Amino acid sequence: MSPVIIAIIVLGTTGIAGAVILYAVAKKFYVNEDPRIALIEELLPGANCGGCGRSGCHDFACACAAASSLDNLVCPGAGTEVMTKIGDIVGLAPSTAKAKIAVLHCNGSCANRPVTSTYDGAKSCAILGNLYIGASDCAYGCLGQGDCVASCRWNAIHMDPLTGLPVIDSELCTGCGACTAVCPRHIIELRDKGPKGRRVWVACANKERGALALKECKAACIGCSKCRKICPHDAITVENNLSYIDSSKCKLCRKCEAVCPTGSIIDSGFPLTLKEMEALAATRHQQK
Amino acid sequence: MSHTFHKGGVHPPENKITASCHIIEVELPREVVVTFSQHIGAMAVCCRSKGEHVKRGDLIAKASGFVSANVHTPISGTVTRLDKWKTAFGYAADTVTIVADDEDHAGDMASIAGRETLRTAKEVASLSDKDIVEIIDNAGIVGLGGAAFPTKVKLSPPSGMNADMLLINGVECEPYLTNDHALMLAAPQKILDGIKLLMKAAGTDRAVIGIERNKDDAIKLFEKLTTGDPSISVAALDVKYPQGSEKQLIKAVTGREVPSGALPIAAGVIVHNVATAYAVYEAVYLGKPLIERIITVTGPSVKRPGNYNVPIGMNIADLVDIAGGVPADTGKIILGGPMMGRAVVSLDAPTIKGVSGILMLPYDKSHRDAVQPCIRCAACVDACPMGLEPYRLATLSRHKMWDEAEDDKIINCIECGCCSYSCPSSRPILDYIRLGKTTVGSIIRDRQSKK
Repeated sequence: MSPVIIAIIVLGTTGIAGAVILYAVAKKFYVNEDPRIALIEELLPGANCGGCGRSGCHDFACACAAASSLDNLVCPGAGTEVMTKIGDIVGLAPSTAKAKIAVLHCNGSCANRPVTSTYDGAKSCAILGNLYIGASDCAYGCLGQGDCVASCRWNAIHMDPLTGLPVIDSELCTGCGACTAVCPRHIIELRDKGPKGRRVWVACANKERGALALKECKAACIGCSKCRKICPHDAITVENNLSYIDSSKCKLCRKCEAVCPTGSIIDSGFPLTLKEMEALAATRHQQK
Repeated sequence: MSHTFHKGGVHPPENKITASCHIIEVELPREVVVTFSQHIGAMAVCCRSKGEHVKRGDLIAKASGFVSANVHTPISGTVTRLDKWKTAFGYAADTVTIVADDEDHAGDMASIAGRETLRTAKEVASLSDKDIVEIIDNAGIVGLGGAAFPTKVKLSPPSGMNADMLLINGVECEPYLTNDHALMLAAPQKILDGIKLLMKAAGTDRAVIGIERNKDDAIKLFEKLTTGDPSISVAALDVKYPQGSEKQLIKAVTGREVPSGALPIAAGVIVHNVATAYAVYEAVYLGKPLIERIITVTGPSVKRPGNYNVPIGMNIADLVDIAGGVPADTGKIILGGPMMGRAVVSLDAPTIKGVSGILMLPYDKSHRDAVQPCIRCAACVDACPMGLEPYRLATLSRHKMWDEAEDDKIINCIECGCCSYSCPSSRPILDYIRLGKTTVGSIIRDRQSKK
């Protein structure tokens, strides 16, 4: 017999024998998985961001299939539409939790915060923060090395080269919270996305007394309490020389923003006023 | 036989500009800012209130725990402020400000000129080992090599562990720094007295002083003074960085290796700096707590570089002014040496016990080169004195792979910087390893506290 035929016979028999064994084992040890898990997983974004509090998308799908209520199960990356579809699959009502978004509690741009040093070490906020206070005198604000940018799986954060601060894209941010966990200064907060994406917050984390805070950054909250006094909805508290707006109470009237002497309260998602539009047009004209 | 450690290490340019400078006594300042956290371990707790009058050497803050140290005032005066003060690295620290009036100042000057001894040699000889440890504890003495680890903790080893040898660290392997060298030349006999006290406290009958060969005068001086005394000897060591690190020094002098994760006492050795030995002498013989230390103020363009004996708590900017001010070409100011020191953001900060030098580097020498990709040359692996793989540890911590980093013994890193120094691609290897080391350290502590 020619070696070719021997080879065909030997390999063929081994192959068939292997296939039989594999088939038998697969039958014997078959795991009966809920078919809905695969259906749910298909709907999920598959980023394994952990924003739902589970170890990944598959784990979340398993939890949904096994759940008796979807109240605590929300995929921040998927949105309400997908959660409704998942609810249809498992026959439960989707959670009514409000959509969240990351906001930055710092407005210490290069123009607002005097730069006191240059840092040329490894590009990481965690490393810089362990070494020293950072490029400005503020011990609370953004360090500007982009740990949040690196942590975002949705490409929703980028560093603005003009301000040196991260910019969070409200279209792309899913509110998974990865950036809030990684920021060594803890200045990124998950807040309610707000109706029509409108929200107001204090863009500062400085807890120093007014005069010192202002010396460190022109846009610092000085804890003057003007915002707290003017707020008609009791949504603002001032603690440790720092103001905080409770997004569940805030009715978006923006009176606080108007009275803030340092401009540390900022908003997002509101249409531009006539004045702002004129100002924007003027700067664009100048740039040309 | 070559006298050095064998694994890794580098030899950076020594630049010991101030090597032949005598110690310059700094005039007592009229105001000092004493910080409570000048050492490794728990912060000391303030025991003075505003408006209180204190005398030079009085206790300001008390140690709060086993690993902690007392803090004293270097000048007499009135406590005017109890508040936060920014350190040289920008973060706020709890401090006490003491201001001296003319009378206080004159009194201090007179007491320094008088300098009475507290105990005679006979009285010192009658002290037991426990007495000495207590005096060291009360005097707030910490390791003056740079880490500022409380000295009494090293002298109180866990039960069942005994040292058979005391190693005195006179290596001073950091480039630029000469404070230990200057002290060894200025007060060798006092250092030897301090060493004898440390030997008694540690219960050993043998001490070796390790000195690198670039300090030939100090080696000869100590060899001369210790002839006829079999208990103390001098080990002349080849010049290599980081020989001043405990584990490397033990290896170089005794050939013993400290097991991974263990203290030097596990190898039967306790290591103390020469300056610490001198501080012990002053505490026991003169009753003087740790309120002064020698700081090397140096740099290629500094007007009056030198080794200054500085009251601890004096403003750094004032000290720099005495040395001729910040040179116009300065790009970076470092507390400590160029290898392990840290760059400062502000000079308007108090000196602390752990500051061994102030190095002012010109602008053209104060920047890192552009980071290039790793070329797998393993220069960092060859340079690592702890036998680690720095490139790998850096990558692991960059990717937050803490479990793997722990398995690869990231905790054993001594942060000497040989890896970053030797990297031809100027990668920030140590930056990442340090981050990994602190993170893994806290993970381990969390795990142990849960048990």
